[in-house]
Amino acid sequence: MKDFIIPWDDADMGTPAREGPPVTLTIDGFDVTVPEGTSVMRAAAEAGLQIPKLCASDNMEAFGSCRLCAVEIEGRRGTPASCTTPVTPGMVVHTQTPKIVKLRRSVMELYISDHPLDCLTCSANGDCELQDMAGMVGLRDVRYRAPAGRDAANHFRTRDTSGQVNPAYIPKDESNPYFTYDPAKCIVCSRCVRACDEVQGTFALTIEGRGFDSRVSFGARTDDALASDCVSCGACVQACPTATLQEKSVIELGTPQRSVITTCAYCGVGCSFKAELNGDRLVRMVPYKHGKANRGHSCVKGRFAYGYANHKDRILNPMIRDRIDQPWREVGWDEALTFAARRMRGLQDRYGRNSIGVITSSRSTNEETYLVQKLARAVFRNNNTDTCARVCHSPTGYGLGQAFGTSAGTQDFDSVAHADVVVVIGANPTDGHPVFASRLKKRLRQGARLIVIDPRRIDLVKSPHIRAAHHLPLRPGTNVAVVTAMAHVIVTEGLMDQAFIRERCDWDEFQDYAAFVADPRHSPEATAMLTGVNPDDLRAAARLYATGGNGAIYYGLGVTEHSQGSTTVMGIANLAMLTGNIGRPGVGVNPLRGQNNVQGSCDMGSFPHELPGYRHVKNPDVRAIFEEAWGVPIDPEPGLRIPNMLDAAVEGTFKGLYCQGEDILQSDPDTKHVAAGLAAMECVIVHDLFLNETANYAHVFLPGSTFLEKDGTFTNAERRINRVRRVMAPRNGYADWEVTQLLANAMGAGWTYTHPAQIMDEIAATTPSFAGVDYALLEEKGSVQWPCNEAHPEGTPLMHVDGFVRGRGRFIVTEYVATDERTGPRFPLLLTTGRILSQYNVGAQTRRTENVVWHAEDVLEIHPHDAEVRGVSDGDWVHLASRAGETSLRAVLTDRVSPGVVYTTFHHPDTQANVITTDYSDWATNCPEYKVTAVQVRLSNGPTDWQEGYNAHAERARRILAAE
Amino acid sequence: MTPHAPAPRPDDVAAIVSAHLHLEGPLLPILHAFQTEYGCVPENVRPAIAAALNITAAELHGVMSFYHDFRDMPAGRHVLKICRAEACQSVGSDDLAASALARLGVEWHGTTQDGAVTVEPVYCLGLCACAPAVMIDGKVRGRMDAARLDAVLDEVRT
Repeated sequence: MKDFIIPWDDADMGTPAREGPPVTLTIDGFDVTVPEGTSVMRAAAEAGLQIPKLCASDNMEAFGSCRLCAVEIEGRRGTPASCTTPVTPGMVVHTQTPKIVKLRRSVMELYISDHPLDCLTCSANGDCELQDMAGMVGLRDVRYRAPAGRDAANHFRTRDTSGQVNPAYIPKDESNPYFTYDPAKCIVCSRCVRACDEVQGTFALTIEGRGFDSRVSFGARTDDALASDCVSCGACVQACPTATLQEKSVIELGTPQRSVITTCAYCGVGCSFKAELNGDRLVRMVPYKHGKANRGHSCVKGRFAYGYANHKDRILNPMIRDRIDQPWREVGWDEALTFAARRMRGLQDRYGRNSIGVITSSRSTNEETYLVQKLARAVFRNNNTDTCARVCHSPTGYGLGQAFGTSAGTQDFDSVAHADVVVVIGANPTDGHPVFASRLKKRLRQGARLIVIDPRRIDLVKSPHIRAAHHLPLRPGTNVAVVTAMAHVIVTEGLMDQAFIRERCDWDEFQDYAAFVADPRHSPEATAMLTGVNPDDLRAAARLYATGGNGAIYYGLGVTEHSQGSTTVMGIANLAMLTGNIGRPGVGVNPLRGQNNVQGSCDMGSFPHELPGYRHVKNPDVRAIFEEAWGVPIDPEPGLRIPNMLDAAVEGTFKGLYCQGEDILQSDPDTKHVAAGLAAMECVIVHDLFLNETANYAHVFLPGSTFLEKDGTFTNAERRINRVRRVMAPRNGYADWEVTQLLANAMGAGWTYTHPAQIMDEIAATTPSFAGVDYALLEEKGSVQWPCNEAHPEGTPLMHVDGFVRGRGRFIVTEYVATDERTGPRFPLLLTTGRILSQYNVGAQTRRTENVVWHAEDVLEIHPHDAEVRGVSDGDWVHLASRAGETSLRAVLTDRVSPGVVYTTFHHPDTQANVITTDYSDWATNCPEYKVTAVQVRLSNGPTDWQEGYNAHAERARRILAAE
Repeated sequence: MTPHAPAPRPDDVAAIVSAHLHLEGPLLPILHAFQTEYGCVPENVRPAIAAALNITAAELHGVMSFYHDFRDMPAGRHVLKICRAEACQSVGSDDLAASALARLGVEWHGTTQDGAVTVEPVYCLGLCACAPAVMIDGKVRGRMDAARLDAVLDEVRT
């Protein structure tokens, strides 16, 4: 196993980089040229001269508290701190004069006088900046000692020299499941507090007291780390120069000795991480400073929640059974694959070529997804391939494709640092995309203004140091009406960017569109009854977006998962084109993708009507490319979408499914219908880490590998192709792409890939937007954003800079059509769903980590008014019923939701929130309408019969025969 | 009698907070206002202060604990501060303090049983020339010894 050689220097430069005209100065006799505003410390680091430091780090502003970085500057008095001193032209700096050397040693001596000398047994041994700096300044002795028999002022001994209990000693706080806070080791450099404030933006830490009494404190005095506002992002742990804040995994396993750069497998932000290991034992995941999506930051999931890879529930051997009421039988790979291949081929012989299909995963790599759709097209010889993107961002692909010509977001995440007005629609970034949220909050604290359009008062509306300028709490299902009303205000008040529209868009279509939205029936006042949004607020928000400078729209599943999801996406594109907010940093239309590789799975041709690169299967020239590459004819007819597969299964015409890395039973809407469809199939092959809910209906289980166990690429929400690197051997024996290849070959395909790089080469050879991508380029650049081809050899951070990909931007008329799912006397409330920070999607991974301390079960958020009339108190079990089904869960009373709206998450299979959701879906793409379900809530005394029956069935279905 | 924390009504809390929100940097004026009104900044008003200023519990705690004069509990009717800085120590303030604490039967920061006097350390009253110095109810007194301090205490307790 070859470690990735880091092409950049990983050293901490002390203070953040600056932009400005060059300034030249002399440090220790070397001329250095740096941008204006750079600190002397950073300038020295640029010249390769390290100045000792404790409180400075280049991901936060200089603080000047440790006094270790003092230097002498000719013509200035005293010994200024180099971190807080900006460079000036001609400045002459000395970092190693006898005076400075003596001063630093004395400062360090004072630090060490209040620090335990237990380096050999300390968990930070070998990874401690205090240790490094003590070495660097040449500390050889500590003259300050407590006199015998007297109380001595220090913070680290449990008893002082008189034998009395030391009141200044605070025991370790081990309340957080992932890290400890040991005040005895603390040097009060404030790096953790500043990381929490500046990098993460949670402000959960403070320095309490003053002088010698100063201590780091989580929350208020009575809080511990877990009880405080801390979201466990790990920024403080990373910032800590000592063992004060330390990962529990390092305490247990020791200091890691090697590292591999890879990409997180949770949300669509696609953070780069350094997996740090000893041998093949993963010790910790540390956000990678040069990762362009995350810039060295992380969240609780990526940083800490990787324990599922070694969870006892993980299945490591293939298993088969003839019928789903039988227990599983563990078998070898050959037997499982032969069994699966024979069954699938048998089904095709009996029921026709189109009776089987695949579902690709948005969690697997691009290469794996490409192979799975290739399996359908080249081996099954049909187009029955679909992906879980169907149920999340398929309207994004369709809507943005129609308006702009590409099915993807327009910006990179760095762009948010240039935004002046940010509109967040139907997304909850602080929970769903936490690292992006931190970058957004940083910009908001710098003065950018925020508009939130969401039925629920998400944290961004008001959280410490952040306050949205406008929150439009619309009724679920009325996105189109609100977005069109914003366009109405912009058009009728003449706030549009005419020059942009004339130059970049189709003027005739614009005029049709302008006439449509200018109709008084689209005014905020006319639609207020429908949407529940205050018309004055809506007008003010529209004006702010149109006139407030760079306007950027970020949206999530609250936009797409509706019967008019595609229409809303087009409406959002219209808003951006109307105001000229496309094609430069700080603007754009940005879908926040749910899963790590949703973008990639769409790019890779997972949809039944599209070959890789979003090219329709009906086009003979596109088919010809793949027919030549694969050596088989390709069916020109689009295949079945997931809902069609299930419908066809119930009807008896669809019989076999290979489902990789997705749990459609839990994640797809209308659970009972999904279960009926799966139960009607004769061969369901589930390829996953765990016996998920779908596997209860499977005949073949192929164990999967984690992202730590394979090579490949993920494509994040900003179209960035990031490398996933194998840091350990697959515990199940094969990487997922190998398993797919084995299955294909068992069916006679004769594939011969030996490394995912070869699959990427095939993708590049067949798909124009990936033409320039290969693993060598990714090694060199770290990552690239597609399109990457001859015209853009280094990728494309910003799309549509000089013109839209489709030529002229297209305004599409967005008529609001109410969903068929309506409230009525029986179901008077609207249920909308979402996710929370500590859990991810169906929870298969995060439920199998310590993250459950933050969220052990799904709960129903209900407004106190709605609760009161139903006699529901906080924490009560309630029965939640819709036209589709019913379940029970506990209620939480909160005014985050408006009266008439209830909210829950779908992370836990015990609750099965999707029993409730209906099978209504987006008109264009069949993306299910998760976000609107008419429901009723009443008191109950525990789980429903359905839940108990389901759990009993699941338990039976998961039986595994004991080895003989 | 041990002092217990006052429990202001939510309306009163909101009134005090909102009266200061127009100021630049309203946190310290708000804390002072509570201290003036209730003799302390009770724990149960802090969430409302943090919410109004859009800061976290941690930040509020950081500020409160930085200034020793902000109290969690009301002080006794009289506050005696005894200087423990170097100049006063050099002329016997440690002994002075020990005798005062013994006489009143309290520890540092403690309040006498009858709620009359709270004793607190202070680090320099700027009266080094007249050390040892104390401050009683905001007024400084110099050249203290045990007898003079007793007199001072008798004076305020009668």
